[in-house]
Amino acid sequence: MPKKTRDLNWREFFIEQLIRVMGVSAIALVLLIFLFLVREGVPGLFEVPLSNLLGQRWYPTFGIYGFLPLILGSLLVTIGAIALSLPLGLAAAIFMREIAPNSVREVLKPSIEIIAGIPSVVIGFIGIQVVSPLVRQFSGAPTGLTALTGVLLLAYMALPTIISIAEDALDAIPDSYRHAAYALSATQWQTIWRVVLPAARPGIITAVMLGVGRAIGETMTVMMVTGNAARIPLGLDAFLRPVRTMTATIAAEMGEVARGSTHYHVLFVVGLALFVLTFVINLAAALSIFRERRGGGGRFLA
Amino acid sequence: MERRRSQRYLLIPLLFFLLARCAPAGPPAPGTSISITNVGSDTMVNLALAWAEAYNDLHPEVSISVTGGGSGTGIAALINGSTHIANASREMMEEEISEARARGIEPIAHVVALDAIAVVVNPHNPVDGLSIPQISDVYTGQIVNWRQLGGENRPIVLASRESNSGTYVYFLETVVRQNDPDSSALFSPDALLLPSSEIIGLEVATNPNAIGYDGLGYVTPEQKTLGVAVNLASPFVAPTIETVRDGTYPIARPLYMYTAGEPTGAIKEYLDWIVSEDGQRIVAELGFVPLSAS
Repeated sequence: MPKKTRDLNWREFFIEQLIRVMGVSAIALVLLIFLFLVREGVPGLFEVPLSNLLGQRWYPTFGIYGFLPLILGSLLVTIGAIALSLPLGLAAAIFMREIAPNSVREVLKPSIEIIAGIPSVVIGFIGIQVVSPLVRQFSGAPTGLTALTGVLLLAYMALPTIISIAEDALDAIPDSYRHAAYALSATQWQTIWRVVLPAARPGIITAVMLGVGRAIGETMTVMMVTGNAARIPLGLDAFLRPVRTMTATIAAEMGEVARGSTHYHVLFVVGLALFVLTFVINLAAALSIFRERRGGGGRFLA
Repeated sequence: MERRRSQRYLLIPLLFFLLARCAPAGPPAPGTSISITNVGSDTMVNLALAWAEAYNDLHPEVSISVTGGGSGTGIAALINGSTHIANASREMMEEEISEARARGIEPIAHVVALDAIAVVVNPHNPVDGLSIPQISDVYTGQIVNWRQLGGENRPIVLASRESNSGTYVYFLETVVRQNDPDSSALFSPDALLLPSSEIIGLEVATNPNAIGYDGLGYVTPEQKTLGVAVNLASPFVAPTIETVRDGTYPIARPLYMYTAGEPTGAIKEYLDWIVSEDGQRIVAELGFVPLSAS
């Protein structure tokens, strides 16, 4: 008997430590990636004057490293994609969890999750062959390789993430909330809009954040369909003009650049900017969820 | 067993190279297998691979390892003795030659094939030919509508390779800057920088506004090749094997293989085979222009 308990304790201890190591290493890895980016990128900040880095033109072969167009390009494509996929994704999640019968839901959810498994190069190929000519014909833009084409495809790619996570968030709301609302003679719409959605807000914000992460980090698809022209994407027609994103720039240029050259370091500065950007977005989301938990949680208890 | 042994034989010369990078590449030691290293131009990497594979089929005892990295990388490797053959889609520069001589290496250029850059548009585009100054104005963004070139009233969409491509640099120097070393002209920031020849082809084939440039070997029937004139007064010349060989097509360049000193032994045999009829047949298959039959 005592031997067996000791065995069990040992196993318990071992498993506990294993989980701890994994948890810590996840954070440590992010930290190491950050340090690596800093180590490779910081020389770039010394080699290239800041006025050059913050310029509006990106001609790395000729020592012109203004990566403002790249940051704006990434932001434009990401914001556009989320603006499109959030309402669609949220509506789909609400339909699946709150309105559709169980049988429909059981078919819908896995089929939507399959979309997440389509390789991005395949989506990019469909983008070039199908979406880009359509964008050119319907918008009258000179070329179909535009920010809008990227937005449409990225929205499609972010949808499964947003739907799946938002649906889980809605699912986690206890039925007692809904019953209470119905008991107060709320309609189904009122229940969804005023009770379920506010209660599921932290989960929905997580869904949006993961969708943003998917969109801003996507490389292959945007490289294939956005035209990669490094111009400042401002103005009313920005969506109908080509853009160059940070990810596409790194992917296109890193393979050919001489290790240790200025261009190499500047590409890591671009990577660092991308990292900081995603970090800030995630931090903002985490803070808003945290505030929600502290402030909003009491509303239902009161 | 057999296989493993031959791999070990391959490793030994490789180790020698890693250890003695500064020693100039001497003739390979006699043995059951000979290895030749071949580094350089990305434009040529597929061609060099095809040659290496075909030659290895004929001479199984010779194995040739091909790596890309760019013409500059290949020439640097030749200078510090880490490769037998450097592929270059341009001539060596003065500084590179003097650097090689300072290390006791006399680089010898061998022209192994010719490459033409075709300027392509959509088949529906009525424009049939452009002069180099016109193409330059188009790619720098000074001409923005096909009407200015005698075409339809359509905006011009510029399709270009990514800036790390050797073709990009060659096109910039020869066409956009018109071979003027003092020119600092750049591609218009509106130019689409497309990651592959295939995507340039697709954009040109589907978009009537587009103009693109690429190696002659990458031009598909869905694209229309423009005739190119040196200036407005001279006639348009279409890129063909003949016009590239006789030098009338203006955007063409020889492709080189450089060796350290006159090649000997297996390397000489390999280079002789490349310029032979068999070697040049592969050039044509990959869409480059073979050297004139000698």
